Amino acid sequence: MATSVLSRQLSENGALIERHWQELSSRRRLYTTLGLSILALTLFASLWFANDSNAGKFVDRLPHFFDFVGDLMPRDAMEIGRALLDLPSPYDDGSFKYNYPEGRLYLTDGVYIPEYVHKMLETVNIAIFSTVLGVFFGFILCFLAARNLMPNPWIRGGVRRLMEVLRAFPEVVIAGFFLAILSLGPIPAIAAVSIHTIGALGKLFFEVVENADMKPEEGLRAVGANWIERVWFGIVPQVMPNFVSYFLLRLEINVRASTIIGAVGGGGIGELLRLSIGQGHQAKTLAIVLLLFATIFAVDQFSAWLRRRLVGDQAFELAQ
Amino acid sequence: MTASTKPSVLEMEAIAARHAHLLQSSSKKGLKQMLIGGGVVFYLVFSWWFFSIGHVLANANWGIAGTYLADWVSYEVRPEIAIAPDGTMAVSYQRNSPLGKNPNPQWVMLDKQEVTRTVEARSATTPAQKPKASSSFNFMAPNAALGAGGTTEQAATTTRTEQVVTRAVVTYDRATRIEIANKLVTATHAGESLTMKVDGADRVTAQTPLPRWATQKRPGEKVTLSFGFTGWAEIEGDEVSIRNRFFGWANFLFDTNSPYFGKSYGEVASLILSGDRIEPTRSNLSLAWDNILYNAEWQHLDVWTKMLQTVVMAFVGTLFASFIAFPLCFLAARNITPSRVTNQLVKRFFDFLRSVDMFIWALFFTRAFGPGPLAGISAIFFTDTGTLGKLYSEALENIDDKQREGVKSVGAAPIAVQRFGVLPQVLPVFASQALYFWESNTRSATIIGAVGAGGIGLKLWEAMRTNSDWENVAYMVLLILMVVFVFDSISNACRSRLMGGKAH
Repeated sequence: MATSVLSRQLSENGALIERHWQELSSRRRLYTTLGLSILALTLFASLWFANDSNAGKFVDRLPHFFDFVGDLMPRDAMEIGRALLDLPSPYDDGSFKYNYPEGRLYLTDGVYIPEYVHKMLETVNIAIFSTVLGVFFGFILCFLAARNLMPNPWIRGGVRRLMEVLRAFPEVVIAGFFLAILSLGPIPAIAAVSIHTIGALGKLFFEVVENADMKPEEGLRAVGANWIERVWFGIVPQVMPNFVSYFLLRLEINVRASTIIGAVGGGGIGELLRLSIGQGHQAKTLAIVLLLFATIFAVDQFSAWLRRRLVGDQAFELAQ
Repeated sequence: MTASTKPSVLEMEAIAARHAHLLQSSSKKGLKQMLIGGGVVFYLVFSWWFFSIGHVLANANWGIAGTYLADWVSYEVRPEIAIAPDGTMAVSYQRNSPLGKNPNPQWVMLDKQEVTRTVEARSATTPAQKPKASSSFNFMAPNAALGAGGTTEQAATTTRTEQVVTRAVVTYDRATRIEIANKLVTATHAGESLTMKVDGADRVTAQTPLPRWATQKRPGEKVTLSFGFTGWAEIEGDEVSIRNRFFGWANFLFDTNSPYFGKSYGEVASLILSGDRIEPTRSNLSLAWDNILYNAEWQHLDVWTKMLQTVVMAFVGTLFASFIAFPLCFLAARNITPSRVTNQLVKRFFDFLRSVDMFIWALFFTRAFGPGPLAGISAIFFTDTGTLGKLYSEALENIDDKQREGVKSVGAAPIAVQRFGVLPQVLPVFASQALYFWESNTRSATIIGAVGAGGIGLKLWEAMRTNSDWENVAYMVLLILMVVFVFDSISNACRSRLMGGKAH
């Protein structure tokens, strides 16, 4: 009704525009409603499906939602420190739950590294080592995948597909495959994490290379430098800061990834955490979670600080 | 021309004298590079020792790696030919052979003969079932009743007439074959041939020198023949074990119990379209569909359900996370909520959720909800509330203030200022971020599934741990890659529409 009143006051053209606007906005409203109801429907269907195929039902298990808080409550606050540093506990009743000194790594007779610190170092070292490996191969591959350095579309396309496959292949499968061939230990985790890193970093690297300034490369080409010299002296100095920045970014991700791979059989702190949560060892679990939290936080902060120094604030735009 | 552009030696020296600092590379810089290079090399050597990589690689079972890799895309058929002291033979197949209950493949040619004789309790026609070579082909459904293999168990001490095999010829491919007759085994591969004498009990004697593809550890012991990808064979005194490898996935649609087993696509199609009902209670089409879904070896229905769980986990988790992060990010943004205390509190809360990591949440919620997608949903929800909240509040802090001021200046209520001054700027960014995380969570949901949080991850992990279901692993990996690719494309298309082509 309001429209008809309005349109009577408008000129002929104005009324036309008004009508079009009305049509458009009602169509828009229809689309929004449709879209939202489809989303809601999918959501409810998904929830029903998830609930139906779950071991425990949502409503029955909801009171247990915050059980993990209870899983993290040790008998007293000092227990966390004892679990972390492998000191004997006053509650020691011979069970594994309170047997903290077990697992100490003795350097000499009196000096030892606590078990969790040792395993955490192992996990961080897996992350660093596989990131270094990934950077090495990603560095070699990225120049072959960049449009401005590799005119041959077959090599370029092949290298890019290879990177995609390495990136998309589930890490857990690579770890499982190497676990089957090698004995238990950190090497399957290294293989899985570094293979994924080659694919992920290779892609980021060649995008940086494609955005590089080609003038130094042209200058070198003019004086007759070969391909390797052109890349090494013309491109590498330009892209190096960005490469290092991506290396650090990947390091943050890989610390988390190597923890997870550890939990599914790759050793390190992840496995201990899984076991500790499964057996309900509150103090141990909390000690590991805090250690993990602190490590991840420290690595993140260190890498953010270094990246900001290397490439300035654009390091954080690149990350997205 | 070149001569004129090339400076003389004198000129060169003059130039070098004028710009001495350019030609001398800075010793500090050189030292720094040396130190970095040396540090990296030292670290690599240290890690090599720390993880004892050399030792592990040397002890690895590389031979089995090739078999496992071949298992991804091929399967083995394993006839066992038992040889009695009198030279007669009996052929049996692995339990749950991919060839079905009564395998009689073309590539195994048998000459049979009727003989009448007195058999004792342990005769040659009932080959002693050796447990070692049992197939694990059907591991994923160990209870699927596929019936016993082709052996006939007869243990009475009677005189009877029976069929025995007097000559067997196994053809692997054109260049490779094994012929067994009169306790003489002749293997031919790549133009060379090897003849071995077996005694029907425990001794194998090679009559001709062993070619490269044959190995025997000690005289009289078993001989192993490896023919590369096409398979291998083991010759013992009383038994020849054949492993013939075929390319492809065996019985991908119908397992050996299905009435459609062993039929060509044309036969199946004509049965479905116009054949008589195999089971009177339902149509052939529904029977075929049912047989495919409940295929005991490939478990299509279960795999698809688990895959759907993974997708649902990522979808619901990300959606809920963005619902919760949406109101909270307004509290965290400096320019929207002026209170520094509230900003910092909400931001630290986001940091906490993010840093605890999806994997730790997954472990906790698996304990709360039991294994299944609910744990995965909760884990993704907790982590992504942190991540999305952080990204959303950063997006809010970067908005253009002019729109907000404009709306404020005409006297709008605070809610209306947000709705018309802020939301139109950030909503596409919010939606795009949510889509991106939905896509990347589809990938990471696989791995948290492996610790028990539902979805295909656990099934994948279990299939791998048995070391014999690599073809199922390949199937699931292919499925995951396909699904991830599809969702990548959908999410990329949506994002580039939302952001007007700036999403990447």
